[in-house]
Amino acid sequence: MKRVVITGAGTINALGHDVPQTLAAMREGHCGIGELDMRDVDRLGVQIGAQVQGFEPEVIFNRQQLSLYDRFTQFALVAAREALAQAGLEFSGELSAKSGVVLGNSGGGMQTLDENYRTVYEDGKNRVHPFVVPKLMNNAAASHISMEFNLKGPSFTVASACASSNHAMAQAFQMVRSGMSPVMITGGAESMLCFGGVKAWEGLRVMSKDACRPFSATRNGMVQGEGAGVFVFEEMDHAKARGAEILAEVVGFAMTSDAADIVMPSRQGASRAISGALADAKLNREDVGYINAHGTGTAANDKTECSAVADVFGPHADKLMISSTKSMHGHLIGGTGAVELLACIMALRDGIIAPTIGYEEADPECAMDVVPNEAREANVDVALSNAFAFGGLNAVMALKKV
Amino acid sequence: MSVKDKVIEIIAEQAVLEPSDISMDSTLESLGIDSLGLVESIFAIEEAFDISIPFNANEPEKSDFDISSVATIISGIEKLVEG
Repeated sequence: MKRVVITGAGTINALGHDVPQTLAAMREGHCGIGELDMRDVDRLGVQIGAQVQGFEPEVIFNRQQLSLYDRFTQFALVAAREALAQAGLEFSGELSAKSGVVLGNSGGGMQTLDENYRTVYEDGKNRVHPFVVPKLMNNAAASHISMEFNLKGPSFTVASACASSNHAMAQAFQMVRSGMSPVMITGGAESMLCFGGVKAWEGLRVMSKDACRPFSATRNGMVQGEGAGVFVFEEMDHAKARGAEILAEVVGFAMTSDAADIVMPSRQGASRAISGALADAKLNREDVGYINAHGTGTAANDKTECSAVADVFGPHADKLMISSTKSMHGHLIGGTGAVELLACIMALRDGIIAPTIGYEEADPECAMDVVPNEAREANVDVALSNAFAFGGLNAVMALKKV
Repeated sequence: MSVKDKVIEIIAEQAVLEPSDISMDSTLESLGIDSLGLVESIFAIEEAFDISIPFNANEPEKSDFDISSVATIISGIEKLVEG
């Protein structure tokens, strides 16, 4: 078994257009959630979201690229460029042949779908742009990353709703750990903040109309975000041989299925995923200093997640820190675990724990140290990242300080 | 059809029961309607009466719309329909 390290990280999300901006915003407890700026917003019951502001794709991409890149692909490429620049890797020969991209994504090119449904249904036109299909397919982002960086090994997209990124990163981790690939590009991207995307979520009646306040007794639902997080997972010896800077080690993961309900989470499914990740990483529960929670801010998730953490950690649950950064960058659905992994890396590398902002009042059912409202300095050796998706699909990653 | 009969028809359909099996003091739980069934019923009621029901699944107790029994649901809808 090979050891796996992270040698590059990139992102774009409501907190920033790159990793330094995003981590600075997390340290400051900045909120990226605001009023949605989109067509027909007045017809939406939920009018807030964590949109990427000030993004100018026409400055970053040329005309030909823009005709092929949905917004989620644009986000993925921006994040991948940052991650690969940091890793300092060029792909050719054997390295190129074995390295690939596994990305998480849930909705595919939702902006493209929305715009083109409008064209044919609302505007009554009978012709759409010839690239609608290659633009909206879920694997478009992974494919464009493979093309831009000459990655000729295994590449595909994983869709498991809110756990997509964690499932994708777990898959990439396995590929590097098993020796199948020396380097894998992984993470996730999502851009569901369009009229149809928000309208669909509205229907479930789990969205907040004012703020995302995970674990707070006053929470009233989730808030959607958008963006991407992309990482370079590299075999440790390969990274050391070329003198690469190592951000953190990926030491384990576990995936479980609730096999119970299509939307309601299960305490057992979540706790089996958490304890499975510890077992896979050969860690004791006392080793864990920080958990980046799934923490959606819904009644169902937060209670279930806290009871699952209590089940797994026992008395140590009172000593560890658990925060939900969704309070700041919103819920990126298929991209969320990737952006949240940044908070784990910050905890391990910089000794700074990102806060759960918007926290107003303690909830006895979520009685944990949720790092309320302000970031904290702490020495953490091991961090976990939780993701529990609709459909009862759970994936937990374990990272260790290098 | 009265508001009451229509609401009972919608709830019965959701619970896979006959309307005659639904009593006014039935709770959604006693009828086997879970959280997903509840939001589906609310959607069906909104469509049937062309109204908007203020209901957030995260804080049902804080909603002005009382879902504790079939009777309270019907009276809530009657107010919204008249409103």
